[in-house]
Amino acid sequence: MSSYNNNNVRLNAARRVAVFGGTHGNEMSGVTLVNLWMKNSAEIQRKGVATKPFITNPKAVEKCSRYVDTDLNRAFTAENLSAPSGEDLPYEVQRAQEINKMFGPKGSPDAYDVIFDLHNTTSNMGSTLILESSKDHFNLQMMNYIKKALAPASCLVLLNEHPLLKYSTSRSVAKHPVGLEVGPQPQGVLRSNIFDSMRVIIKHALDFIELFNEGVEFPPCTVEVFRVLERVDYPRDANGNIIAMVHPNLQDCDWEPLNPGDPMFQTFDGKTIHYQGPGTVYPTFINEAAYYEKQQAFVTTKRETLVACAVKKA
Amino acid sequence: MDGQEAVCLPKLSRVAVCGGTHGNELSGVYLVKEMMKSRKEEDNESGSQPVLVLSNPRATKKCLRYTEVDLNRCFSRDALNSPLLDIAPYEVLRSRELDALLGPKGSPYSVDLVCDLHNTTSNMGLCFIAYSDSDWISMHIFKHLKRCMPDIPMRYIHFDLPQDESYSLDSVGKHGFAMEIGPQPHGVVRSNIYTTMKCGVQHMLDWIHLFNSGRVFEGGFVDVFTLVKHLDYPRDCSTLDIIAAIHPQLQDRDFCLLNPGDPLFQTFSGETMPYNGTESLHPFFINECAYYEKGIALSLSRLRRVKIPAVCATSEQHAVIVT
Repeated sequence: MSSYNNNNVRLNAARRVAVFGGTHGNEMSGVTLVNLWMKNSAEIQRKGVATKPFITNPKAVEKCSRYVDTDLNRAFTAENLSAPSGEDLPYEVQRAQEINKMFGPKGSPDAYDVIFDLHNTTSNMGSTLILESSKDHFNLQMMNYIKKALAPASCLVLLNEHPLLKYSTSRSVAKHPVGLEVGPQPQGVLRSNIFDSMRVIIKHALDFIELFNEGVEFPPCTVEVFRVLERVDYPRDANGNIIAMVHPNLQDCDWEPLNPGDPMFQTFDGKTIHYQGPGTVYPTFINEAAYYEKQQAFVTTKRETLVACAVKKA
Repeated sequence: MDGQEAVCLPKLSRVAVCGGTHGNELSGVYLVKEMMKSRKEEDNESGSQPVLVLSNPRATKKCLRYTEVDLNRCFSRDALNSPLLDIAPYEVLRSRELDALLGPKGSPYSVDLVCDLHNTTSNMGLCFIAYSDSDWISMHIFKHLKRCMPDIPMRYIHFDLPQDESYSLDSVGKHGFAMEIGPQPHGVVRSNIYTTMKCGVQHMLDWIHLFNSGRVFEGGFVDVFTLVKHLDYPRDCSTLDIIAAIHPQLQDRDFCLLNPGDPLFQTFSGETMPYNGTESLHPFFINECAYYEKGIALSLSRLRRVKIPAVCATSEQHAVIVT
């Protein structure tokens, strides 16, 4: 139950929290952390909140592949969740229905309060928090807390509220979904530094929840976010084959300004293709392995400052 | 006089460049496709052109390392000679096709040189991986690339196996090596890595052309890293799950010297596990994704300087020494 009063948001304590790993079975930081916590959850327990570690896609984890039939992190659509259950449904759709029963139902008052979904990317995104709604003041305050706790180390916030590009994530069954994306890390590989970064983000996130549940008031604050604008595909030939790569000047330059006229792609025979957009954008998810099949070389974003209301336990 | 002898070796009339032996190692996939496309457009009949091969089209289409078994382990004498079962895996069938196309391995009909293109998630720069430390052709090509591409870290890796036991596609030709370039995640093509591979292949073909035209290449030295052993990740005794990751101080430091006592792994509770060997060795394939399932966290090698003689081409079928 939330209520607004003079720009204050009052929410019930966050009692039910989950940490998801293995939503993509080859993104190893989350798989490893969740498996660790399932054996011994002491590290993720806080006073007054039960945090449940959970492997969302065990079959994909077993195969060390992103998914088995279809991308679990796109599967939580209303259509899928309400489809008549049965064994002829794709594995991930069955799984989405099970997860929705355990941690949802999505959109209902019985849903989990917070779900953290752990992901890795081959892109040079560093530590990134993914926000699904600019009006989720609880999440904004948590992200502000995490960013300050990690400073001077960087942790940026990606806001995906785009009506067409927004997708139905596993974490979206919760009232407050939080995506954690840490890179660069190849699929199927576990890098210690990336693993440690993800672990410390979760630590700060759970500290915030504990403080919130104890009644701490978090005063109004501003949070800088990068709002998703559009998806840019690779140049392709008439048969749909990729004909160019991310340009060396753009490769690894996630979050840096891309200006009209800047090099964007390089064809296999060495020609440069320039960015022709109307203004400066901030690209991210540059050269993510899993997005070749989703027709995405990178997404463009614009910088925005969101205002978070004061937030306190009701 | 020592050092003035030139070894004359048969011309390299038939050369193969192979990509996509692992379907998710994309630099080689895109480079071979690009070379095939340029050839079609140029319609160039002049000079001898390399045979271009996409080794594992099914795995390439699905962007997987392999569909059933690792194609690049199918070329040992035993593997190639064993009778084919009705339900042989795709890669086993494909290995026989490739052996027929580029071999038969060990026969006089095999191609003169196979260059097999690979990528690795390890920070290895450009490596030649070969079964011999006395294949003067491969070593001269390496020396040539090192001179032409001085900004690219380049190493020559030697797996000391006799021809019968050599198991990879590059062992099908009379000469051969894998050109392994990293770091690049599987399923991704990085423009700098692709360009390095494109230049490397071009310089190789240039050298071969010069060699076949009669140029004498002076001898010299090549630093060779010979494989000594592999190390697996520490594992839980009962579940066999990995319990530690490559230590952050070792990650990305391929070919640096690993001394006894140096940090090797870091457990998930933050404890450092040191290297317990008695000999300082040079690690490579540190944290290669595809090797988790093969039980390899890193490989260790011994470095030594190998002298290579001057070489030139002969139209004879066999090597000739000329003073």
